[in-house]
Amino acid sequence: MDAKRREVLKTGGGALALAAAGIIRPGEAFAQEWNKAAFETKSVAETVKALGGGASTPSGSIEITAPDIAENGAVVPIAVESKLPRTQAIAILIEKNPNTLSAEFEIPAGTDPFVSTRVKMAETSNIYALVIADGKYFHAVKEIKVTIGGCGG
Amino acid sequence: MTLSRREFLQALAAAAAAGLPLASRPQDETFYDLPRFGNVSLLHFTDCHAQLLPAHFREPSVNLGVAASANRPPHLVGGALLKHFRLRPGSREAHAFTHLDFAQAAKTYGKLGGFAHLATLVKKVRDERGASLLLDGGDTWQGSATSLWTRGQDMIEAQKLLGIDMTTGHWEFTYGAARVKEVVDGDFAGKIEFLAQNVETNDFGDPVFKPYTIRELAGVPIGIIGQAFPYTPIAHPRRFVAEWRFGIEEERLQRRVNEVRGKGAGVVALLSHNGMDVDLKLASRVTGIDVILGGHTHDGVPVPIVVANASGKTLVTNAGSNGKFLAVLDLAVKDGRISDYRYRLLPVFAELLRPDAAMARLIEAQRSPYAGKLSERLALTEALLYRRGNFNGSFDQLILDALMEAKGAPIAFSPGFRWGATLLPGEAVTLEDVMSQTAITYPHTVVTEMSGSTIKAVLEDVCDNLFNPDPYYQQGGDMVRVGGMTYSCEPGAQRGARIGDMRIGERPIEPGKTYKVASWASVAEGARDEGEPAWDLLARYLREKKIVRPSKLKLPRLIGVKGNRGLA
Repeated sequence: MDAKRREVLKTGGGALALAAAGIIRPGEAFAQEWNKAAFETKSVAETVKALGGGASTPSGSIEITAPDIAENGAVVPIAVESKLPRTQAIAILIEKNPNTLSAEFEIPAGTDPFVSTRVKMAETSNIYALVIADGKYFHAVKEIKVTIGGCGG
Repeated sequence: MTLSRREFLQALAAAAAAGLPLASRPQDETFYDLPRFGNVSLLHFTDCHAQLLPAHFREPSVNLGVAASANRPPHLVGGALLKHFRLRPGSREAHAFTHLDFAQAAKTYGKLGGFAHLATLVKKVRDERGASLLLDGGDTWQGSATSLWTRGQDMIEAQKLLGIDMTTGHWEFTYGAARVKEVVDGDFAGKIEFLAQNVETNDFGDPVFKPYTIRELAGVPIGIIGQAFPYTPIAHPRRFVAEWRFGIEEERLQRRVNEVRGKGAGVVALLSHNGMDVDLKLASRVTGIDVILGGHTHDGVPVPIVVANASGKTLVTNAGSNGKFLAVLDLAVKDGRISDYRYRLLPVFAELLRPDAAMARLIEAQRSPYAGKLSERLALTEALLYRRGNFNGSFDQLILDALMEAKGAPIAFSPGFRWGATLLPGEAVTLEDVMSQTAITYPHTVVTEMSGSTIKAVLEDVCDNLFNPDPYYQQGGDMVRVGGMTYSCEPGAQRGARIGDMRIGERPIEPGKTYKVASWASVAEGARDEGEPAWDLLARYLREKKIVRPSKLKLPRLIGVKGNRGLA
């Protein structure tokens, strides 16, 4: 069963490859909304500002699911769920990355405010899940360790 | 060459291991007469590291706890440990659980462990009890020449003969995902259940192994959940398990516990390779587990630690390493729940137990193709050679000296492994002993050019894996062993600020300057299959030296640990 699912994806991978080659351009429609300034920010405060906020408030209604220690800093799985009413956007900020903002998702009304993605981390850092809800800014924070590895036990 | 007196005794011990009667050393199994208790028993051992034969294993004299872990089990050593657990100094137990007066006590009480002796004890305990399960916490297939050369097969045969019911893994994975699957689906099928709730595929997050099992004992459904070492892909080269994802997976574990309870389990146990500090934190957060039978950190803890959480209490144990101990947890289960328990962590004294004949034959058969090669005598040691401890061990110091000499490097690094048997002063160092310190699937020695700032970053990184105040960020190994340079270490400091005063001789190590560093067992991609295996390099060094003289153990200058009871 798994094998079949994998086979289908491998075959389906062709379509993704076409997209990657630029034949299909899924991103085109969004290109104009790309918030270039926000993705070039260098600190958490700067990013919040670039996303249109002043300050953000810590919130217990935002849940981050991510490893404590990354298995591979190049692909760190992160999921964010917001339980805040009228969540409009979720952004993932990595404090110690050269550019702080890793991802920004706009959440249309009626959509479950849950996102899951993979980010690249240069070194051990706090990650912030920033949520814009009802025009206000909230965040949760979690530390993810990126280690050079090696063991003992 | 004539046999020295000590070697003669070793020959006698070997004869005993082979099942020959020895009138001079009567086995006294009354030491193991435990009063029966309850109606269900869980037997547990862990981290035997492929020690099929009895061995010496010196417990650490440095095992520092930081933050909330300071001065509490398992971070107690020597006299502090004896005092805490009310063990009599100089007793058999004191020898098994501490480093105190090690060489002398080792002569008095003899070697510990060995599967033939363990088999006798397991049989005795199981025969005396009604219903029981035998659980192996993993790190069973690695730690000896024969396990490496047979890709764990000698241990797999021994696990089957011993009658293990369930196991989980860590070093097992360093033989590669395909090998683990082959054994789980082949050798183990219908005999031993390999349980791991925290391993899933990278692509779809599908479970790789059976997460738990439920067995009925004395009419009570017993749920056993497996927890493999959560940081396997970080602690070892990623390529061994490239398609799999690990982690502590607390929430999934909670769901599994609820599921097992929902199916009517009256007892829920976690067979864990998390390490004791991680297990203690986990027990405070995950509810519904009666007992965590733990391993990985090699802590021989005589009694369970009781941890309170939101819905009740969880016992947390750790059963030591190297085949030294068999844990016996007797449970009184009434009306579908545990009403009381008794726990004993029994040291397996080889001299007190008659070796089991069938197991002795199996061991002999597994070893015989390699016995000649392994018995090569490389040198004689006048020093006590051991590894375990937070910062350095005398065997590691020997490896570092050998690395620096062979590679012409001023600095050497060697991993802070917690396995590796101990040799007493006056014993021969054989190739088998060298393998006991180095038998891994990524043994290659390398020389790397590192800047002073990179050296500091490496030391800080490993140090944080050991002393991060949050156990979930610890990996359960000891500090990387360092040769040729000195440094200071403040375990209680912030990450990135623990290491200081790095010097070669009197000269400070400069951040911008480049240094040659010899090392082995790199987990980096690209480091594979290059360089002489560590065992060849060390064996050659020992053949040349002929005698290992005692030398002062080089330790970092420790800051802020005065009065810490994890430091003897």
